[in-house]
Amino acid sequence: MRGATHAKWAACAAAVALAATACGGGDSDSGGDGTGVVSSSWGDPQNPLEPANTNEVQGGKVLDMIFRGLKRYNAKTGAAEDMLAEKVESTDSQNFTITIKDGWKFSNGEAVTAQSFVDAWNYGASLKNNQKNAYFYGYIDGYDKTHPEKGTQSADTLSGLKVTGTNTFTVKLNQKFSTFPDTLGYAAYSPLPKAFFDDHAAWLKKPVGNGPYTVDSYTKGSQMSLRKWDGYSGEDKAQNGGVDLKVYTDNNTAYTDLLAGNLDLVDDVPASQLKNVQSDLGDRYINTPAGIIQTLAFPFYDKNWDKAGMEKVRQGLSMAINREQITDTIFQKTRTPASDWTSPVLGEEGGFKEGLCGDACEYNASEAKKLIEEGGGLPGGQIKISYNADTGSHKEWVDAVCNSINNALGNDKACVGNPVGTFADFRDQITSDKMSGPFRAGWQMDYPLIQNFLQPLYYTNASSNDGKWTNADFDKLVDEANAETDQAKAVKLFQQAEEVLRDDMGAIPLWYQNGSAGYSDKVSDVALNQFSVPVYNEITVN
Amino acid sequence: MGRYVIRRLLQMIPVFIGATLLIFLMVNVMGDPIAGLCGDRACDPATAAQLEKEFGLDKPVWQQYLTYMGNVFTGDFGTAFNGQPVTELMSTAFPVTIRLTIVAILFEIVIGIALGVITGLRRGKPVDTGVLLGTLVVISVPVFVTGLVLQLLLGVEWGWIKPSVSSDATFGELIVPGLVLASVSLAYVTRLTRTSIAENKRSDYVRTAIAKGLPRRRVITKHLLRNSLIPVVTFIGTDIGALMGGAIVTERIFNIHGVGFQLYQGILRQNTQTVVGFVTVLVLVFLVANLLVDLLYAVLDPRIRYA
Repeated sequence: MRGATHAKWAACAAAVALAATACGGGDSDSGGDGTGVVSSSWGDPQNPLEPANTNEVQGGKVLDMIFRGLKRYNAKTGAAEDMLAEKVESTDSQNFTITIKDGWKFSNGEAVTAQSFVDAWNYGASLKNNQKNAYFYGYIDGYDKTHPEKGTQSADTLSGLKVTGTNTFTVKLNQKFSTFPDTLGYAAYSPLPKAFFDDHAAWLKKPVGNGPYTVDSYTKGSQMSLRKWDGYSGEDKAQNGGVDLKVYTDNNTAYTDLLAGNLDLVDDVPASQLKNVQSDLGDRYINTPAGIIQTLAFPFYDKNWDKAGMEKVRQGLSMAINREQITDTIFQKTRTPASDWTSPVLGEEGGFKEGLCGDACEYNASEAKKLIEEGGGLPGGQIKISYNADTGSHKEWVDAVCNSINNALGNDKACVGNPVGTFADFRDQITSDKMSGPFRAGWQMDYPLIQNFLQPLYYTNASSNDGKWTNADFDKLVDEANAETDQAKAVKLFQQAEEVLRDDMGAIPLWYQNGSAGYSDKVSDVALNQFSVPVYNEITVN
Repeated sequence: MGRYVIRRLLQMIPVFIGATLLIFLMVNVMGDPIAGLCGDRACDPATAAQLEKEFGLDKPVWQQYLTYMGNVFTGDFGTAFNGQPVTELMSTAFPVTIRLTIVAILFEIVIGIALGVITGLRRGKPVDTGVLLGTLVVISVPVFVTGLVLQLLLGVEWGWIKPSVSSDATFGELIVPGLVLASVSLAYVTRLTRTSIAENKRSDYVRTAIAKGLPRRRVITKHLLRNSLIPVVTFIGTDIGALMGGAIVTERIFNIHGVGFQLYQGILRQNTQTVVGFVTVLVLVFLVANLLVDLLYAVLDPRIRYA
């Protein structure tokens, strides 16, 4: 008998180690007691998993589980709510005093202090650490010393950051930025434990954070097992025992696995399955707005596109696109026709204004033709819409957009798609100003603020102003909005700036993108937040 | 024999250098890989320059190639963009793909040769026609169709297998993917064996063996099969390399994290170090497999001599 018991123990240990399945009599049917493990699809993160180095959704998912920052965005409303922050105070929108709550710990036992934040931000901003999200610290005083545009850095730490007590520090910005506290929910502003700096390689193998989950095991390129951390200090404790993120090369395989009962959650329903997803999953299919907008940008560095009258051509092109039809037939309503340059997830208070684009975003073939002719016609008689052909199903919609334009203009050679082989090559052509016609541009918000949809994209020489559109009035209004301490007034100013963008049609808004996900009947309480990332800690296992 | 092997090994050097150089050039003309690293927004110029320096991308291509090859000879295949050494990627990817290839080759040898012998001996009979038709179907249907159909039927509809392979990728899990991967080659092996057997059946030495009164079983295995296998061995030998490199489609369908997966990711992300590293190893596999095939000839047919 004893022997048998031992054997069972060993078998359990092996099963737990291998597949992390619950073991023993009764345990396997956990019935929502918070110990079940959720398996979810994942993509291989492109960059090393560090808060300031992760700029895509896949790595972001993990950070969202193992880190908690000063603020956290409410999964339903998108509002920035205090998490670790006790209070963030400022009298002039430029100097902030941040107090953090007492008693928070990293999962290795270290306490989270003001120093943890300051060290993490200094690390992220320092040029020699190659952090791809370094520009997030660009508003902090001294950034130009730690991260100069050329040459070597002259300082290792940001002069704008000062630790004033165990739990307090001050931030001095290099310009007024009233909504700065609301940006602090972004993962790049997460605190880092001392272990990160002491043994960086070991930390990367098994990241340690202060969130509701800890990393149990991580096999790069195939799976990460996260487990509920019992010592978690926050209120949003994990409602499940853990999450196994499994890497899939192809989201079709992930979807097939979901149908076969081999996987609990797919957070990216493949385009080819959208037709069947309702009948396959019923109400276990989620299709909710996310903070993503797709636009067509123009190369304003090209004289052909920057001459007088071209704004009419751009408006005409916008009117020639039948957004309604394309989102219905190609995207099966997982996109919503855009009528401004932000996203519905901001809500009306946050700055989303339906119909701000007005007639220019309504399909009107005859008016479109008239406007383009008034503006001097298409440069060279034809436009080529560039897109990367390797990922996403961009070819389908670009062809549809061209079709729509060709039909409106009654000329089947007016618009053609111009596929570029790889994403890297596509980005390379954009950043080296080689585009000769409109090109696909997508924007996924970093934080739910109207500022994030406008400033990085359309402000003169901003980090993601790929088309190099520039307008002094727009810049002035954005500056004013940033200096405005009254939230409502700031939003108004941003919307005025957006109107300037509209009148010049600096970029054609196409559609707002939804997050789509499907889950098995083994789990419930599944929801996506505004970043189209599942709210993992709230999922319960039936 | 020894001399022959040495000569063949020396011949490999220019092939190896030529192949890696070609791959290196091809990956490099695709544009700046750093541009794709930062996602839909541009990398800030300072970080981009820093990264370029770190990966050696700021130097001219010939210099990159020389440094790279120099490092390869010391066993350093460089670092992938996600910070992992390429050798680490290889140590996880190659065992999986080798297991998959073994399963596929076993299918080819066992099923392919067995079917080939059966049909070759019974030319024109219903079995022969049936198998011929079957192989025609397998050859004409693309691998991804076979793969997706089997995955849907066995994995989702009937629930016999899991539609995707876990990260352990055990032999058991790899049976169906292995069969899919082997399917086209398997059909060719069947056809090759069949023709070869049918041809040799009428040859003098077989007639002599039968006339001597040897048992049928011995005639087939020792005389007929041994001589008929030479073209088949050539095919299977070269197929080893093709299967390892060509597993991209199968690996994608069944979510196997092997060489195909790493190559696909490497190409998509334009990661020179990963792509060139994996291709270098694949070239070596091709070359060694070809050498082994040539050496096997002498075992099968003693008349073949090496000078």
